[in-house]
Order: sequence, then C-alpha cells, then structure tokens
Amino acid sequence: MDIAAGLMNGFAVALAPANLLWCFVGVLLGTVVGIMPGLGPPATIAMLLPLTALMNPAGAIIMLAGIYYGAKYGGSTTSILLNVPGESASVVTCIDGYQLARKGRAGAALGIAAIASFIAGTFGVLALMLVAPPLARLALAFSSPEYFALMALGLAMVVLLAGRSLVKALLAMLVGLWFAGIGTDVFTSTSRFTFGRMELLSGIDFVMVAIGVFAIGEVLANMEAREEPQALPVPKGLRNLLPTMQDMRDCRFAFANGSIIGFLIGVLPGGGSTIASFISYGVEKAFSRRREQFGTGVIEGVAAPEGANNSETGGALVPLLTLGIPGSSTTAILLAALVLWGFKPGPLFISENPSMFWGLVASMYIGNVMLLVLNLPLVPLFAQVLRAPVFVLYPVIIGLSVVGVYSVSSSLFDLGLLAGFGLLGYVMRKLDYPSAPLILGLVLGGAMERALRQSLMMSEGSLTILVARPISAAMLACAALILLIPFFARLNSWRLRAMEEENK
Amino acid sequence: MRWRSPDFWSGLALAALGGYIVVAARGWDYLTPDGPGPGFFPTWYGVALLGLSLALVFTSGKGHIADWRGAGRAFAIWAAFAASLALIKAAGFAVGFAALTYFVVAVMYRRPALVALATAAAIVGAFYLVFPLALGVALP
Repeated sequence: MDIAAGLMNGFAVALAPANLLWCFVGVLLGTVVGIMPGLGPPATIAMLLPLTALMNPAGAIIMLAGIYYGAKYGGSTTSILLNVPGESASVVTCIDGYQLARKGRAGAALGIAAIASFIAGTFGVLALMLVAPPLARLALAFSSPEYFALMALGLAMVVLLAGRSLVKALLAMLVGLWFAGIGTDVFTSTSRFTFGRMELLSGIDFVMVAIGVFAIGEVLANMEAREEPQALPVPKGLRNLLPTMQDMRDCRFAFANGSIIGFLIGVLPGGGSTIASFISYGVEKAFSRRREQFGTGVIEGVAAPEGANNSETGGALVPLLTLGIPGSSTTAILLAALVLWGFKPGPLFISENPSMFWGLVASMYIGNVMLLVLNLPLVPLFAQVLRAPVFVLYPVIIGLSVVGVYSVSSSLFDLGLLAGFGLLGYVMRKLDYPSAPLILGLVLGGAMERALRQSLMMSEGSLTILVARPISAAMLACAALILLIPFFARLNSWRLRAMEEENK
Repeated sequence: MRWRSPDFWSGLALAALGGYIVVAARGWDYLTPDGPGPGFFPTWYGVALLGLSLALVFTSGKGHIADWRGAGRAFAIWAAFAASLALIKAAGFAVGFAALTYFVVAVMYRRPALVALATAAAIVGAFYLVFPLALGVALP
C-alpha cells in the first residue's frame, strides 16, 4: 500500500464517529494530565489500559496515543504558570516560559507553546508516515540474533540516558529483567522465581508494575508536601493568547529546530522528549543572536523545547511500530497495550494491520488540530485544573490504579503486589534509581531471552552467532560503545547536564 | 561514612537479590541438548546484578544523598493504602476505599471531618456509578 492510499484508508478509520470521539477523549485527557503536576502519561495510560480491553483496538490506540501527545501540549501550561513542569518533557519550558509569565506575557508564552507544538507535532507525524514503512521493510531481514542485538542496543541507550548514575540505571534494568523472568519458562515449562505461589506461575503482569511504579509511586512522592503551589493568572480572551507577528518571526528557526531535533531524538531508543527538548533549547540558544537573554523570558526559548517534545512523539512511534522496540516508559506501555489486544508490533505490523497503523497516523493529524483548538482559546479553562484540590485528586488516582489492576486479573493478590510496586517506585525515586530502565527491562526481558535462546539454538550453543552476522555485530558494537560513554569525560559531561536538567 | 549512604544499603539489598538469582538459577538446567536451558539467562543477569551492586556498595561513600524530608508522610499514606487493601478484602471496596480517602483528606491534608466524609462518600459513589454501572467493570 503506498503512502497516499494508506493515508486515505487511515482517514477513513480515524474519521469514523467513534474513533473521532476517542481521539477527542484522548487529547482532552492528555491535556488535563499534562497540566497536572505529578500525573504523567505513563501512569494515565497504564491506569486506563485494562479498561481498553473492552474497546475496539483502533479506537483504543487512537485514544492512548492522544493521551501521549496531548500531555505534551498540556505540560507547557503548568511550566509557564507555575514554574513546575506538568510532565517531565516540559521541564525546559519552565526556564523562559515562567519568566515570560512573570513579565505579564503568559498569554504569548502559552500561545507560542501551542503553535510550536502543533507545527512540530504535525511534522513528527509526517515524518513517521514517511520513515516507518521503509524501515519496517528493512527490518524484515532481521532474525533472532539481530533482534537480540537490537534490544541490547535499545536497553543500552535507555540506560545511558535514563539516570545520572549508569550503575543504578543498569541495576534497575537488571531488576526489570528479573521481573520479566518470574513465571513459567516457555521453552521448558519450568517455573522460575515463583516462591511456590500459583498466582506467579503466569508471570508478573506488566500493567501492575507500571501502575505501581508510576501512578502509586508518583502519588506517594507528591504527597510528601502538604502545601499546594500557586499558579500565576492566565489572561482572558483569545487576543491575549495570540503571539505577536514579531514573536512568530523570532520563532521561525525554533519551529524548524524543534521539529527536526525532536523527531530525530525520538527515533533513538532512550532519547525521550526531555532530552529532545533540552537539546533543542541548547541549539536554539547556541544559534540565537540574543543568546545572553535566554533564561530571562525569550519567546523562542519556549517554542523550541515545546516543538521538540511534540515532534518526538512521532519519532518514538517509529521503533515501536516497526521494530517492536519501545524507547521510553510511555511507548513501553503502548507496546504492552498492542500485545494485550493481540497485535505483534514489529516489521510485519504495518503490512498486517494497515488500518491500525494508518488510522493512528491520520488520527494524530486530527488530534493535533484538536489540541491547537483546545489549547489556544480554552487554556484559561484548563488552567483551572491547577486549582483542583489535591486531597480529592490523589485518592481518585489510587482508586483508578486499584480498579485498573483488578480489572486485569480479578485477583486481590495482585492488589497486594500493586502496593509493593508502588512502594518500590517511591523508594527508587528517593534513592535516585531511574524507573524507565526497570520498565523497559520488564517489557523487553521476555523477548530478549527468547531471541538469545533461539539464536543459540540456531548456532548450537555458540555465542559467535551474535557477532558473525554484520547487522547484529554492528548493533552490539554500538551498544558496547554507548555503555563506554561515561568513561569519556566530554561526552559524559553532556550526558550529566541533560540528566541535571531533567531532574531540576 | 560509607555505611550511612543509601547507596550502600540499596547496593547490599541488590547484591542479596543477585546472589539469590544466581543460586536459584543453579537449580535449573544451564544448557540442554536443544540449547540454553531455563537457568541460562537468569545466571547471566544474576551475576551482573551481583557484580554491579557490589560495585555500588564499594563506591557508595561519594554517591547520592537521599532527602528523606516528607518521607514519613509518604510512608504513612502507603501504610494506609496497604491497610485499605486488607479492608477491601475483608469488607469490600466501598468500606476500604472510603476509609483510605477519609484518612487522606482528614489526616494527611487536615480538612474537617465532615469534608472528609463527604469527599469519601462522593468519590466512592462516583466509582460505583462509572465502573460497575456505566462500564460493567467489577470493583474488588
């Protein structure tokens, strides 16, 4: 199917009234979630995932993707008005966005964030549409050794970019691999690490770990403080939210920079939207004629990172849909969602499920338009979310988590595990262990072990098969080089700066 | 002092986990006539976990300093959550979840008892309306 025909098919799927409704629900929920500090897209998608089992898969993926990219629009509102990122990708927007708001230009900052998000988000979808099908065709040549090497490369990049301490990131990933190994071995039916519990024979459900670590862990971390931060006021009226022509001229390069950098970083496993927005901000500053004013309230300091974190979404879907490799916590949950509905993300996904892929692409074009409309005139309304009492919000999140886990297995034992994983998520935050490697280790662990064991069966136990095949050898060499980066001072200082910005 | 560092203790805990994984994996076949057995992969990640966690223990003196301010509140909420799960098992979702909500509102955020009761009743009611009634999803 060529791109034009695929896109026509996709719009036919996305414009079906039910799917249009799910797209709207997704972007609306995403915007609200993005605005709320402490509740990110991974937690929301994980909580809603069990409920999507009742839905048509096309509508469900359209809604979950809407939450994913919608949250990136919403995150800027909190950064600009509160100086607190609504979600981690908006951390860089705080730098100039909040300063603009303090100068009385909150409207222009919110407006340019929405416009940049729209332009770059649309660019990201366009690039996804052009890049994904040929990459999937290329990946058809992959066999078990290449898959093992690809997963090793993906995990290496995630580990590198997911934490300030490489050792802690690796440890989190290894614990994720252990979680993935709990249950019955599919090759020999041996039960592993089940502690004699029947409930563990089928393994640990990914949804439970994701909800525990992200939703419950986040709630516990946010409830440490009793005080609630106060937001700056939002100007009323659409005119006050539109940037001036001078603002638009100042942001021309930022729109292009955010779009391109965001997509390229998104394609790399482990890149993530926070890194994309950080790099885009750095490039914008480096090439600006008024670089010394960055940090004091410069409009392109909002446009570049906001564009990058939205374009990154399209990029992040490329490895997920074409190789079955998630590059972040959110795409790992989307991968789990696709598997839950009976799909197999990988090289054959697009050719076997064209309506699903093109429907998703078309819905993202539509969703970006919906988000522009929602986020320009209605931003004062959304800002009211910041006034919602947290003592109502947190019990609701805990309740949704409980219902989400229980709806998967109807097991009270799993609710006990949820509490355990919630505590684990909180303690990991306190001890500075990143959670993304743990989640990716869990998601990829089973497939990685399968690929390794199949490779070794092919070679009758010889590990040389992993390095004898050129693609596999190249990917493993890249993974090894990536893990050596912390030993190179200059490269590691860049990595640490990115991590510092992410953790501010 | 190394032993006061959180990295020291978390490293020790992970080293114990790595040791357990390696010991458990020794109980399963490492290699079979068909290829690697169920003990193959766990042995490797168990060894890696053990080695890296010991590295963390030995370098823990200059590592991360955890900020435990507010942790008491978080642990209190977690304990209340765990207790509410036991209550859910014994008395059902409505009672267990309402008790948790009451605790959060009245104790953690120090709102009047009447506000806490009303919030708990409203949230539990909303859950029953949305899940069993509207979506057909069973509550615990």
